[in-house]
Amino acid sequence: MGRSQALPRDGGAGEFGPDADDTGCPILHVDMDAFFASVEVRRRPELRGKPVIVGGAGPRGVVSSASYEAREYGVRSAMPGARAKRLCPHAVFLPVDGPAIAAASRAVMAIFRDVTPLVEPLSVDEAFLDVAGAARLLGRPAAIAATIRRRVLAEQGLTCSVGVASTKFVAKLASTTAKPDGLAVVPADRVLDFLHPLPVEALWGVGERSAEVLRRLGLVRVGDLARAPVGMLRSALGEAAAHHLHELSWGRDPRSVVPERAEKSIGAETTFDVDVVDPGEIRRSLLALSGKTAGRLRRAGQTGRTVAIKVRLADFRTLSRSRTLPTATDVTREIFETAWGLFTALSPGEAIRLVGVRVEGLAAGAGAPRQLALGERDSGWREAERAADAAAARFGHGAVRPASLLRAPDPPPAGGRPSPG
Amino acid sequence: MKFRVERDALADAVAWTAKSLPSRPSVPVLAGVLMRVENGTLQVSGFDYEVSSQVTVDVHADADGAALVSGRLLAEITKALPSKPVEVAAVGSHVEITCGSARFTLPTMPVEDYPSLPQMPETAGTVDAKIFAEAVSQVAIAAGRDDTLPILTGVRLEIEGNSIALLATDRYRLAVREIEWTADESEMSAATLVPAKTLHDTAKTLGPLGGQVTIALARGSVGEGMIGFAGGARRTTSRLLDGDFPKVRSLRPDTHSAQARVAVSALTEVVKRVSLVAERATPVRLRFSEDGLVVEAGGTEDARASEALDCTFTGDPLTIAFNHQYLLDGLNALDGPFAVFSFTDPKKPAIIEPAGEDGEISSGYWYLIMPVRIGG
Repeated sequence: MGRSQALPRDGGAGEFGPDADDTGCPILHVDMDAFFASVEVRRRPELRGKPVIVGGAGPRGVVSSASYEAREYGVRSAMPGARAKRLCPHAVFLPVDGPAIAAASRAVMAIFRDVTPLVEPLSVDEAFLDVAGAARLLGRPAAIAATIRRRVLAEQGLTCSVGVASTKFVAKLASTTAKPDGLAVVPADRVLDFLHPLPVEALWGVGERSAEVLRRLGLVRVGDLARAPVGMLRSALGEAAAHHLHELSWGRDPRSVVPERAEKSIGAETTFDVDVVDPGEIRRSLLALSGKTAGRLRRAGQTGRTVAIKVRLADFRTLSRSRTLPTATDVTREIFETAWGLFTALSPGEAIRLVGVRVEGLAAGAGAPRQLALGERDSGWREAERAADAAAARFGHGAVRPASLLRAPDPPPAGGRPSPG
Repeated sequence: MKFRVERDALADAVAWTAKSLPSRPSVPVLAGVLMRVENGTLQVSGFDYEVSSQVTVDVHADADGAALVSGRLLAEITKALPSKPVEVAAVGSHVEITCGSARFTLPTMPVEDYPSLPQMPETAGTVDAKIFAEAVSQVAIAAGRDDTLPILTGVRLEIEGNSIALLATDRYRLAVREIEWTADESEMSAATLVPAKTLHDTAKTLGPLGGQVTIALARGSVGEGMIGFAGGARRTTSRLLDGDFPKVRSLRPDTHSAQARVAVSALTEVVKRVSLVAERATPVRLRFSEDGLVVEAGGTEDARASEALDCTFTGDPLTIAFNHQYLLDGLNALDGPFAVFSFTDPKKPAIIEPAGEDGEISSGYWYLIMPVRIGG
């Protein structure tokens, strides 16, 4: 997201506009415009034209999304809510509505999949599409991109920006230059004309730190990087990064569009509004997060053998611990007991800002063999939790929950934004 | 300090004490073994605040005294020495070791910094060394290795008069062995939890020495929270584990609905072969019927294996799945030519007990194994 701020925007009207030559450009990057904010505005039309900021309401909240009206005041995603409030005090602050976002995301992804099965979602609001095989039925890539933009607006009342290019990373850069509500095509034979004037930060893999290193070498634009001796890059950035950036700076990106990456882990985390010292509260948080994780595992039909916790201290030091169980699990109770065991063994004894629970080493859950434990009842926690899932499906989220969580409110809407799987 | 000793006696003594030394000692002196010569005998000691070990060796003593040297280095050196008399002498801040034409000079650490070894608790009774070693090895395999559940990393010793029961479980299997011993007080009743690894190492060392092992248990203030074992010229103390061991004996089903008798060595071979296609998390399946036993592993899309073998079976045909390592551990622990399996249900614990050639169960040992549930 910091990257997008480094890029010039021409609204799709400049030399890489919608009418540029799209021959050999089968890759589309579709990025929803201010997605979370737009979903809210769609629901409450009176907000249209006003600065809307989603997330960031609590003392620890972080901005998830800001409407373009809010961005004019300098508000950006991932910015602390307090700072956003100073920049744009009259903005409308709204909590993240997870279910509404998920529904809108599913709807737009479904539109993409009408076009091609080769859809690789990057997050809830952006995806790569490979439309090489769709040409005969649906037309040229730029025409397909225009169709997608029209359908998303007509069917979902949302705008998006699309980049069309020969490679994934150029398509992603192109969609950013087209924002908001635009379409950019980077012709295959003009990739270097497009790339080389861009600042080095535009490249995937260059963060603040690498950009600083490159700047000290006098490399400011992608073109500088492309012409720099590889040996110099290697000594400044290391072998792998040097090779990677050199390739990108010449527009080379061999990655293909891989539909539906298999998830490697499933988890959830929460940032506290105020740093927490009380182990009782950490315990309740870990229980709630374990429940959320186990629920996601069961919905995905997965089980995992490794339980990991993440603990971020008040000073931002982050500690991680994990333990591999004898058998895979999707049971809240087992995940929680392991997570709590890891936490007590870690016993940081300091104020804690964030905790997270994650299950790794995933495998198909249904029908998988399961080692029974001594003293385990025939219908134990697993069956109880499945019954709770069924109740939640009928009566809503949180219909059945552990007694120790009864008084706790739902995960604080401001602070805790669940991490996507 | 100066003494002469046979190479084997010294190497054995040092190897044993050095084995219990911590690999990453909290203070440098704990990486050392202490050699002390007094009244014509050498005492070699090691200690890591949890476990202490000490062995007495008869030597030809020229001068009393003590020296503390790196245990690992001393163990490696004594092991590599030629089979000749060894002369060890403290010279200034060094120890000189001479054996045949080999000569070593080792730096020493300050003896006064070395902690004093815990006192041996009061003697509680004695047990035959070989029987003790066998019982411990049969039970310790079932102990947990997971430090987040420290209670399950121990072997529970339950003493009732002249019998000791040893129990260990890691939640997936449970091993129980009862042996006779000679208690100093026939009315004695006590239970303790000993770290399984220490108990196993100790019993394995003391067993081959033969004779009797003395077990020392804290009663009152001396050696609170400690247990001691002594056999021959060796003694070891260990800190006990805290906590309540789960009540596991009641988990053994009272009755069974099916029973099978299989030759231990044949079944072990078959399970080893078939489990070659079983990955860590996948079980081996045992199909019992009056026709015999079929052992299989693998799935429809993965590699598969199956093998049949003779088996005497009573009851309704039954298919049950186990983690193959847990099954092999149990079979390996049996001290009879036959294994008798008792079942109630494919989702309930199975009991494995040793039986003689006549098929009679020899009482004293049982291994409970929890099955793996297949198909949901």
